[in-house]
Amino acid sequence: MPTSVNAVETNRVLGPGQTPASIDDTVNTPVLAGLDRTPLWWWIGFAISAALLGLYLVSVVRLVTVGTGIFGNNMPVAWAMPIINFVWWIGIGHAGTLISAALLLFRQPWRTSINRFAEAMTIFAVVCAGLYPILHLGRPWVFYWLLPYPNTFGLFPQFRSPLAWDLFAISAYATVSLVFWYIGLIPDLATLRDSARNRFQKLLYGVLSLGWTGSARGWTRYMRAYLILAALSFPLVLSVHSTIALDFAVSVVPGWNNTIMPPYFVAGAVFAGFAMVLILAIPLRRAFHLRSVITMRHLDNAAKLLLGTGMIVVYGYAIELFMAWYSGVEFEVYMAYNRVFGADHWWAFWLLIACNFVAIQPLWFRRVRQSPLALFVIGVIVSIGMWLERFVIIVVSLTKDFLLSSWFNYVPTFWDWALFIGSFGLFGTLFFAFLRLLPLVATSEMKEMAHHDAQHGSDHFEHIRGEYYGEGGRA
Amino acid sequence: MSDVASAPHDAAAGGAAELYGLAAEYAAPEQVVSAAEAAQRAGYRVMDAYTPYPVEGLDAALSQPSSKLGFLVLAAGFAGIILGYGMQWYASVEFYPLNVGGRPLNSWPNFIVITFEVTVLLTALTTAVVMLLRNGLPRPYHSIFNTPGFERVSRDRFFLCIEARDPSFDLAGTRAFLEDTGPLAVVAVER
Repeated sequence: MPTSVNAVETNRVLGPGQTPASIDDTVNTPVLAGLDRTPLWWWIGFAISAALLGLYLVSVVRLVTVGTGIFGNNMPVAWAMPIINFVWWIGIGHAGTLISAALLLFRQPWRTSINRFAEAMTIFAVVCAGLYPILHLGRPWVFYWLLPYPNTFGLFPQFRSPLAWDLFAISAYATVSLVFWYIGLIPDLATLRDSARNRFQKLLYGVLSLGWTGSARGWTRYMRAYLILAALSFPLVLSVHSTIALDFAVSVVPGWNNTIMPPYFVAGAVFAGFAMVLILAIPLRRAFHLRSVITMRHLDNAAKLLLGTGMIVVYGYAIELFMAWYSGVEFEVYMAYNRVFGADHWWAFWLLIACNFVAIQPLWFRRVRQSPLALFVIGVIVSIGMWLERFVIIVVSLTKDFLLSSWFNYVPTFWDWALFIGSFGLFGTLFFAFLRLLPLVATSEMKEMAHHDAQHGSDHFEHIRGEYYGEGGRA
Repeated sequence: MSDVASAPHDAAAGGAAELYGLAAEYAAPEQVVSAAEAAQRAGYRVMDAYTPYPVEGLDAALSQPSSKLGFLVLAAGFAGIILGYGMQWYASVEFYPLNVGGRPLNSWPNFIVITFEVTVLLTALTTAVVMLLRNGLPRPYHSIFNTPGFERVSRDRFFLCIEARDPSFDLAGTRAFLEDTGPLAVVAVER
């Protein structure tokens, strides 16, 4: 195994000296290794995730048997932790689709090695997100009433409601993301099938790869289909978080009724998603010796996107406050005051500014963007900040709306936190299973890139770039 | 597949087993492209190349018509628009008209989001299903898997297979032709 090659940090999209065979070995060896070769950190991570998943399941059982009374939700704060967590998780998902679809359409070669696990992250985050509105229904077992189907009530869902839009947006997003991911996986599954070491692997990857032969005619159709799927996913991902923003913007609640909500929510989603990409990529490239495949270039670019989308989000915060003042509406002005200086939740707003505005400013400096540790820490801070953003938007707006008589504070309960922390277990269990069973990196795309680099002299360009970054000797 | 690969395949060339075609194995993508171009010039038509990743210029060398998938997807898109909007229009105007303060029943701005989502869902599923069906997938058995050493096609090897049903196919002649294109090996593939 070319571990030595993979131990060198580089600013190239693909580390030097990579061949198709070495890419295969780097990526697929941990997947194909026997159970006894599974590293200890995997077992520890999987065990912690499975324990948290247990907490999640206990919370769900408690919820189903007792009811939504176990949460801190009240009137007026009917949308509390479940909806905060829903928006938080689904936002995280957005980076995966953006990396795999938008960056493909914009021909950004650096997407290739991070798209696969980012897509997996998307799907698992959407699973975590999608369960929240269903559990929040109170009677989750009749969630299918939300779907338009011929029923004995003689009723359809209210299609004018953003909540019905949400259902369509999320289920379309989940389905399309899954299809996009699976279609992308097929050639890599065929690679695993061809190098399978035991009967289980032969059967698993043989069935999943559907009999892919790598035929040139097949590739032509495949590439066309993949491009179309990317072109479809890009507007879809923009629409999903816009629709979630419309849940808020279409209502009359002070602080929600803003036209800026959809674009600012989309930017926030990409922001949160890239933070999660960094949180996942930095330990993974270390654990799987992927430093020459997921290089500093990827981390640097993800950090730049984090900074860019973060500043859009900060602009959103400023405009929200400005519009509240500019509108002259008494309730909006009070909401803005309460958000920033209110006795109950001022800390949430200022912590949010600290996380989402102050903490990303070091990303202007290359030294910070070149430090995996710094990026990991900033990723964690941003994830906390994005959770606080939804807390501020939902809870602070709802606790004090129009009528003094309906003001009521909100305090999350034990079960609110149990379900939230448990959802990390759901995400983690799925993600660790993915790490063990499927390739972390799109190997067929990496091979194409390795060939393209060697053939079309992108090495020369990389050399110039390497000199600029002070690693000319190595590049 | 490895046990099949180790079987004596040259027996197939003798005509004992039914022949699928002759496959040449190459180490580089440029070789398989130029071999496909040469085969095209030599009059071979029923052939395919097998590669670990999409190789530029191979579809031209194999004179493959460009994909018409786009048109099908466009049609699916229109179907999605009609289906998505039609469902909402039917529910709100025909099936259960609900007068809310005299607002129009066909309140189209409210129907945009779901129409869009249904359209994208239908087009994406059409894209994926049509691509798989046109590629003949899922397909558990394919004769090309009988090619010795074919496991490396998904790793770093490139194959060109001229099929026996090609009118210009002739075992000795085609083998000689393929040998001239600079392959690592030329092997017979059982059906």
